[in-house]
Amino acid sequence: MGDSVTQTTPADAAGLGGLRARSGAALNEARLSVRELDFYYGAHKALKNISLDLPDRQVTGMIGPSGCGKSTLLRVLNRMYSLYPGQRATGQVLLDGKNILDADVDMNALRSRIGMVFQKPTPFPMTIYENIAFGIRLHERLSRAQMDERVEWALTRAAIWGEVKDRLNTNAMGLSGGQQQRLCIARTIAVRPEVILLDEPTSALDPLSTLKIEELIDELKRDFTIAIVTHNMQQAARCADQVAFFYLGELIEIAPAEQMFTAPKRKQTQEYITGRFG
Amino acid sequence: MENPQSEHIVRSYEEQLKRLRELVARMGGLAERQVADAVTALIRRDVELASEVIGRDGEIDALESEIENFCVRLLALRQPMAADLRLIVAAMKISTDIERIGDYARNAAKRAIVIAQQPQLGSLNGFQWMAKLVQENLKDAMDALVKEDPAVAERVWGADAPVDDIYNGIFREMLTHMMEDPRNITAATHLLFIAKNLERIGDHATNIAETVHYALLGRNLPEDRPKSDSSAYTVVRPPV
Repeated sequence: MGDSVTQTTPADAAGLGGLRARSGAALNEARLSVRELDFYYGAHKALKNISLDLPDRQVTGMIGPSGCGKSTLLRVLNRMYSLYPGQRATGQVLLDGKNILDADVDMNALRSRIGMVFQKPTPFPMTIYENIAFGIRLHERLSRAQMDERVEWALTRAAIWGEVKDRLNTNAMGLSGGQQQRLCIARTIAVRPEVILLDEPTSALDPLSTLKIEELIDELKRDFTIAIVTHNMQQAARCADQVAFFYLGELIEIAPAEQMFTAPKRKQTQEYITGRFG
Repeated sequence: MENPQSEHIVRSYEEQLKRLRELVARMGGLAERQVADAVTALIRRDVELASEVIGRDGEIDALESEIENFCVRLLALRQPMAADLRLIVAAMKISTDIERIGDYARNAAKRAIVIAQQPQLGSLNGFQWMAKLVQENLKDAMDALVKEDPAVAERVWGADAPVDDIYNGIFREMLTHMMEDPRNITAATHLLFIAKNLERIGDHATNIAETVHYALLGRNLPEDRPKSDSSAYTVVRPPV
């Protein structure tokens, strides 16, 4: 960890007398580890010496003001940035001990292990069934029956099966915003990734659809390791086991959610989450 | 706190938090006065002052419900976090403690009226001294909140033992009076209850200090507070 980061371990947080954490403040072993990561948009250094762990089958919330680097970090974690010339990362992002920033990493395979859901729902202009099957075909050869089964599994896990099972062959663009987002989550989990990255997944949704997605996140973390970028502090408080606060490309503080929202250690964190950031 | 917080971006929220602090401080000030007046009424055998104390308790109760409603509103409308959240939760707890302190002061005042009609028992120096200590602790605990000084809160939290010692002394003194002459029993019993009330007020002051400490730093003081009230184990042998 860099010197400037304030990290609270679950052991510290267990000594807190305050509110009990949703997860009892215990964090699992790391599934994905970021070590001394720097990231550049051309000459601009957007991430500075970031080190953090995504604990296995738990939710890490990433918060911070616009431009703090939290979305950039998500883009690094599944090599999204590699699509753009002039963007580069140094340091390590370790998945099962392998640095995924290495040049020899197979992008398609990587993105089936680390899936991403974006701010605006991005269904493909095709049927609901094909939206799910499309991604699976890139990675696996399945029989028709196996494919049907997998599509149903993904839609069920994304809590949308009941709403779409009678219209799998209609165009996905006809779904509501909240349904489209859950369809995108279904598409992401259909290839059975290990890590799911969510970039402000509910910022375009109404409150009820937002709660459905949050409920879904809570459900999905039984099987997947999740990182969620959010502007909504309450959302991070509701969903996350661990919260990381970024500012100007630096990781300022990372702690179990309970600690972060009741008694953060750094003044900057305190001022941001209480709405005093000037 | 070492680093006072900056202003909140939403000014009306900042003002509401300020108003909450003021309400709690006002309630604490009222309670301090009630305790002081109740004991003065006892020592001077001033029935009129005792009646005033009884009459004023309603103000403390009204402030308690005002603070409670205000806190619920802030929680619902502002979704406070971190230090703000701790302040609001602390205000609710502190107002409950102060309300109990007010009740004890009122009860002491009621008993002071009865005692004023009874023969004088001893000097009552212990009562004056005990009242002074618990008032100081209450005042310091409230000041710790207003001045955001966790060190003061911690000191108050550990400063209750002398109060317990005086209480133990009064307990034994009153038993002696009762054993000497059964006609002392009425006054001595009421005085014992007043001493117990003051001792309880001291305990609530330490509760407040604990809560203030949590509100300011986000961590609790240890479970075990220094205590020395031993009257619970006292046994009296009746004269043969």
